[in-house]
Amino acid sequence: MAPLLEIKDLHASVGDKEILKGINLTVNAGEVHAIMGPNGSGKSTLAQVIAGHPAYTVTGGEIRYLDQDLTDMDPEERAQAGVFLAFQYPVEIPGVTNAYFLRSAYNEIRKARGLEEVDPIDFVDLLEEKLKVVEWGPDIMQRAVNSGFSGGEKKRNEILQMAVLEPKLALLDETDSGLDIDALRIVANGVNALKRPDNAYVVVTHYQRLLNHIVPDFVHVLADGQIVKSGGKELALELESKGYEWLTGVAEATAS
Amino acid sequence: MIDRYVRQYEALAANGGGRAPDWLKSLRRAAIDGFRETGFPSGRDEEWRFTSVAPIVRTDFGPAAGGGAVVAADLQPFLFGHDEWPRMVFVDGRYRADLSSPAAAAGLQVSTLAEALAADPKGLETEFGRHVVPDATPFTALNTALAPDGVVIRAARGTVFAQPIHLLFVASREAEGAAFHPRVLVLVEREARIQLVESYVSLGDRARYLTNTVCEIAMGEGSWVEHSRIQRESEGGYHIGFTQVSQARDSHYRSFSLAMGGAIVRHNLHTRLNAPNTEALLYGLYLGRGDQLIDNHTTIFHDQPNCRSWEVYKGILDDRSHGVFNGKIFVKPEAQKTDAKQTNRALLLSDAAKIDTKPQLEIFADDVKCTHGATVGNLDLLSGFYLRSRGIPDAVARRVLTYAFAAEVLDEISAVPVRSALDRLVRDRLGVGS
Repeated sequence: MAPLLEIKDLHASVGDKEILKGINLTVNAGEVHAIMGPNGSGKSTLAQVIAGHPAYTVTGGEIRYLDQDLTDMDPEERAQAGVFLAFQYPVEIPGVTNAYFLRSAYNEIRKARGLEEVDPIDFVDLLEEKLKVVEWGPDIMQRAVNSGFSGGEKKRNEILQMAVLEPKLALLDETDSGLDIDALRIVANGVNALKRPDNAYVVVTHYQRLLNHIVPDFVHVLADGQIVKSGGKELALELESKGYEWLTGVAEATAS
Repeated sequence: MIDRYVRQYEALAANGGGRAPDWLKSLRRAAIDGFRETGFPSGRDEEWRFTSVAPIVRTDFGPAAGGGAVVAADLQPFLFGHDEWPRMVFVDGRYRADLSSPAAAAGLQVSTLAEALAADPKGLETEFGRHVVPDATPFTALNTALAPDGVVIRAARGTVFAQPIHLLFVASREAEGAAFHPRVLVLVEREARIQLVESYVSLGDRARYLTNTVCEIAMGEGSWVEHSRIQRESEGGYHIGFTQVSQARDSHYRSFSLAMGGAIVRHNLHTRLNAPNTEALLYGLYLGRGDQLIDNHTTIFHDQPNCRSWEVYKGILDDRSHGVFNGKIFVKPEAQKTDAKQTNRALLLSDAAKIDTKPQLEIFADDVKCTHGATVGNLDLLSGFYLRSRGIPDAVARRVLTYAFAAEVLDEISAVPVRSALDRLVRDRLGVGS
């Protein structure tokens, strides 16, 4: 079986500045991969490029997902094909309820797959299960998307969206940043509950602590736009005690 | 061009207008004399610099033909699903008792201007045309001289009326080539509370006609008014409106102005904070497309101390449409502790759309808090990516974000039924479901 995601010699830039300088990565269904690295190494960029962020230009290499070339696809087509990016900074959309937003996304993805749209009442039923994943009641659905949400609520909302949209490939971009311990637990439990043999996670994180809850099968260290080391979950622990300098050769300023 | 309107005035004075009380006759006479002197505004007039009314001046608008064919079913799309709201319906400038259901409640009097004058000829003398400066603009003068009828609402002291009172001005399918001059006078006495919905609608899609309307609202001490003004004229039509509010001590005026129709549109909303501790909240939303020109001029007179005004206008401009926003705040020397904030934000959806925005704050008191801000922008790329990354196509994402921009002001309508009605209207226009 072809891998879920196969990235070959990927180069990407913002304007004239090259951020990704030849990434190679293979992710199979059922796997959890952690992407770690110092600030500015390009790990968030990698997640955003896979999801199709319009600020980045792919200048070389390829991203194959289920044997399609993602680089030619619009962000919405990638989502419809089963790619999901949990944002580091989820966007606030005042005036648009969570319910409307999620139902629109859900139905657009169904439409793209030739399935019938779900009406608001059936969608409420479907939501009931999904809300449990992030330990939320139905009230959250009547609030405007991320509008006035705390940092933790925004991240939980990302996981809720993931639960509803059921992606095959979920990219979590620093989902642990700005989370208190309780929110971290809820988010991690949510991710674990959604793990299946036919989906995969790429977890971008600066710190090891999320990986205590979401245990990776593989850990990759990114530095200056390239993967400089890959290993098992024990690599994350090693990074936690040693820092990144021994791999990157550059002393990192203490992260805030 | 001016003579045509003078002749209309003379015809009115010679027949129907002849029944008007003397004070009204002299008010009309002064107004037409004023208009004869000034004529229509031109681009040389600072107040009309961005808004050319030349097409209005050039057109030979006649008096309204009648619109008698309009029946109740025609009004359904404009009732917001609230048939039960008391309403006064005017078709092509004429009151239609058969389509109206005036509010009936103790302390609340809703009638036509003609009825109010017949019942008490001198009763309105100190109010009608006394709040708005009769020659505030040449169009105001023209309305004063030519308004054949209108609405008078009087809420007696302490009256609280919970339902919105809907004033519905309809341009019929036969409105082409006609000019209407409706007039509204609202008297809200001490501690009375009312909600007003003032709609301008058209049954024809592209009909070219002129609505030239004036609304005066006089608010007593401690009174409360929520005023929603919905302008959805034909996109071939012209709409000129002037709203003047006078506020007594402790009164609270809340306005929401939605402008989405008309080829050339100008609305002046002026409120005078006449006494200490009054509050005015002005919210506005204007939606332009095609070649529409939508001009909002607001003026807040802070005449007295300890008053607060809060103003947010937002515009969404597509195609080649053109928005104009002018926001004046005048703070008199005695108006210490004034708290005034004005915001104008415009969203341009196309390269050819444009906005002229001009905040104008003139502050003569030294212990005040007055701020203003204006932004013009396009849809945010990052927000767009967020929606698209959830599978929502680009075109839909743009509509949703456009609606979100509008929703921030829609949310400020405090009366829930009015808010959801206007929310639906804006969603329909922007192509966003609920």
